[in-house]
Amino acid sequence: MSEIPWYNKGLFSSLNLRQKTLLTIGLTVLVLLVIFISGLLIDANLPTNFSIRMRPPSFEHIFGTDWMGRDMFIRTIKGLSLSIMIGLGASIISSIIAMILAFISSINKYCDEFVSWLIDLFASIPHILLIMMISIALGKGAFGVTMAVAFSHWVSLTRVLRAEILQINTSEYVALSEKFGKGKFWIAKEHILPLVLSQIFVGILLVFPHAIMHEASVTFLGFGLSPHEPAIGIILSESMSYLAMGAWWLAFFPGIALLIVVLLFDIIGDNLKRLIDPSEANN
Amino acid sequence: MIFINTRKLTKFLGLKAIRLLILLIVVASVSFIMIQLSPIDPVRAYLGQRIVSQEQLAIMGQYWGTNLSLTERVLGWLQTLASGSMGFSLIYRVPVTEVILQKFTASLTLMIVSWIISAFVGFGLGVLAGAKEGTWIDKIIKTYCYILQSSPTFWIGLVFLMVFSVYLGWFPIGLSVPIGQLSDTVTFWQWLDRLILPAITLSVVGIASITLFTRDKLINVKKSDYFLFAQARGESFWGIIKNHGIRNILLPAISLQFLSFNELFGGTILVEQVFAYPGIGQATVAAGLRSDVPLLLGIVIVSTIFVFAGNFIADIIYQYVDPRLRSEEDE
Repeated sequence: MSEIPWYNKGLFSSLNLRQKTLLTIGLTVLVLLVIFISGLLIDANLPTNFSIRMRPPSFEHIFGTDWMGRDMFIRTIKGLSLSIMIGLGASIISSIIAMILAFISSINKYCDEFVSWLIDLFASIPHILLIMMISIALGKGAFGVTMAVAFSHWVSLTRVLRAEILQINTSEYVALSEKFGKGKFWIAKEHILPLVLSQIFVGILLVFPHAIMHEASVTFLGFGLSPHEPAIGIILSESMSYLAMGAWWLAFFPGIALLIVVLLFDIIGDNLKRLIDPSEANN
Repeated sequence: MIFINTRKLTKFLGLKAIRLLILLIVVASVSFIMIQLSPIDPVRAYLGQRIVSQEQLAIMGQYWGTNLSLTERVLGWLQTLASGSMGFSLIYRVPVTEVILQKFTASLTLMIVSWIISAFVGFGLGVLAGAKEGTWIDKIIKTYCYILQSSPTFWIGLVFLMVFSVYLGWFPIGLSVPIGQLSDTVTFWQWLDRLILPAITLSVVGIASITLFTRDKLINVKKSDYFLFAQARGESFWGIIKNHGIRNILLPAISLQFLSFNELFGGTILVEQVFAYPGIGQATVAAGLRSDVPLLLGIVIVSTIFVFAGNFIADIIYQYVDPRLRSEEDE
């Protein structure tokens, strides 16, 4: 490669590609952990101070203050940690669903047909409508929105896992195990699971950005978390009422913060994929 | 010349029709069950904080049908569905088909305009980035796409609204007609004025995937032997891109664009909410928030058909328009 990435100059130039990938992952995880933990430590009932309401960003309040005089930076961090929590829950659940369905599809031809049909079914309802309806069915709130996002994001991972398992099932060592009289479950546990485990981890991380974004969107529309919770979607939908008054900071900074968190997760996912599948590392 | 195998086409269409029918039945029944399972009381959701007497509550319950048992509700809904009217919208107080027809046409303009913009701009940017791979133009386009992919649609809408409507004052803040004017008396320019910003927002979001796809495909073409051969023959660079690159990637790109109807619909819901554009998205949100079950189910069915149509066209492009695939199967 002719071009030198920024991290190849100066301080980190002695590291090899693998170490750099690990370093990138480590740093991004650290940033996200700091956001998450500081969000957890913040009390949800922020002090209100009407003497400093609707202040534009300053050194004291770097994201400005809202109509109740609350600091927007603290509210944003709290909202982000809530988003990360919901995103984590949703992507873990959706990966479990994907794993179960992928194993079901490997049992026989009919199960496989059924799983493909299920994938087609979920892929043909508009995503956001599906999330809205599941959330309504479960009574909205954090539980509803986590489940809704989980039950609508397993499709792509299931496709990948299904293809992977199909390939493993035609391999010689699986055929040999069958000849030795091992059960289907034993093969799944001993041969297939270890091989697809890395795919599952990467899958969880790649679902994550979508999960966070959809959570924020659905909350913004009013089908997610309840209005008194400090979620990013709530902050942004509140800010709509003050846009015409020129309070741009209410919408701009929380959105940028969400964008950065999503990008960080994307970076982790991509780098982890490189670590696990080095053949694509040069792309 | 396009030669179509009629017997194969009939079989293909028949299978697709059966698939759509099964899909609609399953989608409709699953949605119906999901909404009925909901612990949210529609009457309470509609009334909000208002205080009403017990008798009024009973009347409301009757209007909403909460006093009926589940089987009665299912049967009643199936009856209206069979008669073709999809029931009566509880919040708009007109038949659901009427609401959907009116709202969907408003949204369809928005969707088609932004869909076409994003197709042309996205494809153009993709070809540019792919042709200039590794240069700063490529890097700018790539960064732009990655950022767009990670940003929520509604936030982009909010930022556009802040910059162009509030700060610069170029466009009105919302609604598809000026306040105090009937929708019939709106001039074309007034209407266009209010369409531009939502349409641009929606297309900006759609650009990212088509650009990255086109870029990847073009880079693959650039690595191919026929590309090298064309270079060796002394064709000009942009000539090769035009004759060998674009001709090869146009069809997959078009079918990808048709496959994006799903995201397009989702984006429309969010964009309409931000710009207060009275289309199907606003109707969906209103129906969902205030538990207008017939309208919500109607929208689910119509949007499923909409997404299915997109996938169907993409399938046809793959199977019947692409000359390479056609000759392989017909021989």
